[in-house]
Formats: sequence, C-alpha cells, structure tokens
Amino acid sequence: MSRKISILIVDDEPSVRESLYSWFIEDGYVVDVAENAKKALALLETGSFDIILADIKMPGMDGLEMQRRIKALNKDSIVIIMTAFASVETAVRALKDGAFDYITKPFDPDDLSHLIRNATKQINLQTENEVLKEKVSSLENVEDLIGNSDALKKVLKQVESVAQSNSSVIITGESGTGKELIARAIHSNSPRKFFPLVSVHCGALTESLLESELFGHEKGAFTGAMYNRKGRFEMADGGTIFLDEIATISPKMQVELLRVLESKTFVRVGGNKEISSDFRVICATNRDLKKLVENGTFREDLFYRLNVVNIEVPPLRERTEDIALLVDYFITKYCTSMSRDLVKIDAAALRRLEEFEFPGNVRELENMIERAIVTGNGKEIHLKDLPLGKDIVNSAVESLDDLENKHVLQILNKYGWNISRAAQALKVDRVTLYSKIKKYGLKQPGKK
Amino acid sequence: MTPQQITLISFGHFEREFLERIAESVKHEYGHEVVIDEKRLDLSLFYDPARKQYDGNNLLKEIDSLYASESFKTVGMFRVDLFIPILTYIYGQAFLNGRTAIASLFRLNNERYGMTADDKLLLDRFIKEVIHELGHTFGLKHCHVPGCVMASSTYVEDVDQKSRELCHKCRMELETPKDI
Repeated sequence: MSRKISILIVDDEPSVRESLYSWFIEDGYVVDVAENAKKALALLETGSFDIILADIKMPGMDGLEMQRRIKALNKDSIVIIMTAFASVETAVRALKDGAFDYITKPFDPDDLSHLIRNATKQINLQTENEVLKEKVSSLENVEDLIGNSDALKKVLKQVESVAQSNSSVIITGESGTGKELIARAIHSNSPRKFFPLVSVHCGALTESLLESELFGHEKGAFTGAMYNRKGRFEMADGGTIFLDEIATISPKMQVELLRVLESKTFVRVGGNKEISSDFRVICATNRDLKKLVENGTFREDLFYRLNVVNIEVPPLRERTEDIALLVDYFITKYCTSMSRDLVKIDAAALRRLEEFEFPGNVRELENMIERAIVTGNGKEIHLKDLPLGKDIVNSAVESLDDLENKHVLQILNKYGWNISRAAQALKVDRVTLYSKIKKYGLKQPGKK
Repeated sequence: MTPQQITLISFGHFEREFLERIAESVKHEYGHEVVIDEKRLDLSLFYDPARKQYDGNNLLKEIDSLYASESFKTVGMFRVDLFIPILTYIYGQAFLNGRTAIASLFRLNNERYGMTADDKLLLDRFIKEVIHELGHTFGLKHCHVPGCVMASSTYVEDVDQKSRELCHKCRMELETPKDI
C-alpha cells in the first residue's frame, strides 16, 4: 500500500524538462512539468507534489521567489533548486530559505539518484512519523474495550473477522456504548493499521464545513481559506476513515459521499483536479438507518454501500456483568492520571451501579467514576459519591408496576436469567418470580 | 513492419561476433526474432562541442523517425559518449512504451576507468544495457529487485552487479497484455 512519489519539474528549457521527465518516469515516479514559476504555482494550487525540482533562473519569477511561495502553500514541500552556475552565495540563500538541497546542472546521474532517494527518505520519515503518532493514540483507545460478557465477546469476534477485509462497516448502538473504540479496534487489527485512522464527527459540522473537512479546499475557495488544505479522505489514504453520526448528514452530502465511495476520487472545494485516495470506510450511528431509509431521509443506495457489515454494540444494561471490570479499569485510569493512590469502591455502591440503567452507557459510567474520584475522600467510593438518584427520580412519572417491571427485568438480565439467583437477589421465592415474569410478559433477550 | 521482430542497428564499427552474441542474448530474454543491421549516420550533427559529447535525445528521435517503422523494436548501438542536457552522461536512452532505444558502450569500457581492457566484461555490460533499454520500450520501469536487469545503473559497478535477466515481477509485467 505504499504510494508513489510525485515530482514537479520547473524549468524554462524544454530539453531539461523533457530529459528529467523521461528519467523520472523510467524510475517509476509520478511526474509533471511546468515551464515557469507561474504555471508551477498554478499546478500546486490545484494539486500537491512531494518534490519540486526548480531552476533558479527563470523569466518572470526566479526559483528562490517561487520556493518562498511554495512554502507558503505547503511548508512540508521538498524543493530542490537547480542551477547552471554554482555559487556559494546562491546555494546558501536557497538553503536558508528552506530548500531541501541544491544541485548544479548538468548533474551526474548518480548525484541525481542520491538526491531523490534522500528526499524520498525524508518524505517517508514524515509519513511514518504521522502514522506512528496516529497508531500510538489508536492503541491507547483500544485498551478501553473492557469486559468479559458474552455480548462484548460477540462484538470482538465480529471485529476480528471483519478487520482483515476491506468491507465497509456500520457500527450501531446507543450513545456512549463505545462505537468509536470498535472502529479503532477494526483499524488497529487490519492490514491498514500502519496508515492513519481519520475520524470525522459528521453531526458536529454544518454542511459546508463538512464538505471542506472531507474533501479539503484550495486557497481562496471561500472567505478564510488562506491555505490549501487536505481533506479527511486525502489524509486517510492507505488507512481508514471513520464517519461518526452518519445519519446526520444532509441529502446533498449523501449524494457526494456515495460518489466518492464508488469512485474513490474527489475534487477539493474550489479546485478542479481529481484526487484519488485508497481508504476504508467505517460509519457509526445511534439511529435506526433502515427506518431512515424507509421514511426517505437517508438514501437507500448509500445505506447498502455502507452496510456491508453491521456491528451492533450492546448497551451497558445488557452487559451488567462487565460493570465491575469497567469500574476497576476507570479507577486505575483516573487515579493514575491524577497521580493519586488507587481508591476502592464499597460493595453497596458497586451493587447500585450494577442495577443502574445507564442511559448514557459506558461513557456515563466513566464520567461517574471520574467525578467520584475527584470529589470523594480519596480512599473509597461510596454510594453518596455516585449521582445515581436520577434512575429513581425518572420513575416519578411511572407507576409502581412499571418500576417493579423494570427492576425485575434488570435483575434477570444481570444474572443471565438464572431464576434461582435472580429470585435470591430479589429476596422472593422462585414461584413469585415466575408470576412476576408472567405478569409483565418479560422475555429473555434472544429467546422467543 | 515485420511483426514482433527486434532490429539491432550498429552505428560504428562492431565485430560481427560481438553483435551476434548480443542478438542471441536479446532473443533469449524477449523471445522475439532479432536481426542485425548496419547503418551510417552523420554523427557530427549530434555533437556538442562544448560538452564534447553526443546528444542522446536527438539521436533517439532521429533513429525513431528514420528506422523504427521497419521493425517492432529498434535499438541503435553506438561507441560514442552520449549525454542528455541535464545529465553529464548516459549509457542509453529509450522511449518508454515506444519502439526505439539507443545504447552506447563508450562508458562501459574498463580502460576508461584506468583498468585493463576486458572484452568479455565489456560485452556482458553492453548486453545488459541493450536488454535494459529494450525493457523500457516494452513499458518496464526501473526495478528495485536486486539483480534484475531493469535495475537503474548509474555506474559500471551497478551494471556488473545485475544479471542479464528480468526478475519474476518484470517478466510478469512484460507478459501481461497491455491496452494500446
């Protein structure tokens, strides 16, 4: 999945352009030429090149001035200055202005090869650096997938089997269940792991911002577009793009997204050059996309393009056996980051946590533990440190039967529908529990 | 044009046996019939007095326009020092995915580097250069597989390190049908 290095040759002599063009094409590079600085800058505004090989003396604008303008467009560009007349002064000026190197015409073939090899090495190091930064943060986040429950194991098994493929994935689940962590786990275990995982929170951006974020923009494309900017699709080249809250994108963006997914090419906002990128798409939503398709707010063709594999992340209330492990994990995480001794949690507090509904799922639990560590006594988390009243308060509008129904179901789920253990926890006999199940029409998940 | 025939044209004096050995190796590598021809060209038109060398770009274009239509692939073989404007020297030049190439043995000769003449080594280097430039006419680019004849060579030592053969990857690429 290594990409080809692109080179732009800028020289007013046709024979020089022609010779260098053939030389680099034979070496397998992507090459373009420009006869003067103006044309080169125009090319650079519509596309990007890894290496720019520019003559120092050209009519109109010299190579040094052009280099300054190129650096203003993209500070990471590698510019190599060519000259027919070697002088220490011009070489020093070029290097001071940020040239990667300086070469005197005509070149020895070996010098040219060395120069390009060194420049390529530099480009690869830059890319590797970015990828490693991304990889480190990805791995940290994968560690957050905590739990031993069958529900989580099932999800992780799906992650394992889908990671090796290139298929699009939709991750569904309630807010706070860890959909982004699942996306990171898929990416980190895929052959694309050495390339970036780029996340976009579609719901947080307006249509025009999202467009510029995804496709990038050219300098001057709109007010405030001071520089050329790569879009997220371009940044995800070789890797994965994670589109969170996909259900929130506008109909116009749905059309554009479908086109990009089909062709893997796009044009920057305000640009006209087609850019191609090799990425895998993972989306996430807490909405029922199928329903949105039925009521016409989400395109059916886009849905089928994205929904090759669907991973459903269970809510925390369906894996209450993971709560103790999660609590331990968050205590260690926050005590360590706050440089405090590890605190404990008392049995009553943990029991209440295991009974709590957690509408905000794992994220809510995490915030609760963090808050308890900050505001608690520094030794043990007690019931009073946890803002759990809401669960009961919510039920103020419900009847006693509703409350009983909910509580019985929670306990049954907690003990995996083991009637004896659930009855013991509820302090009723098995017959009473059976009558409650019948009364409220309770059913074990996954069983008819 | 004779289909699938490679023509090696000698410009300058080359021993018949020397040319036959090259033809044999080219045929072995590419599997096409190879014919040897001899032509005369006024090289003074391509001479650059300032550089005391011959312009490879113009020579390649001239051979392409004069002789290439007669054969599937044509290689012009020279004994003179070739250059292109941007480089101090070249061993050869070709039209990528085209029908014409040129190669010179001027800089492949041991004596140029203060060493004892070695005709066997010179022939071996020249065969590699001709096969390499022909590879470009078949659309092959420089290869990074060690020992592949399509590896880029900027010094004679690089030429000596590679074999006369295409690596598996280049061979596969050569045998893949191309849209023309």
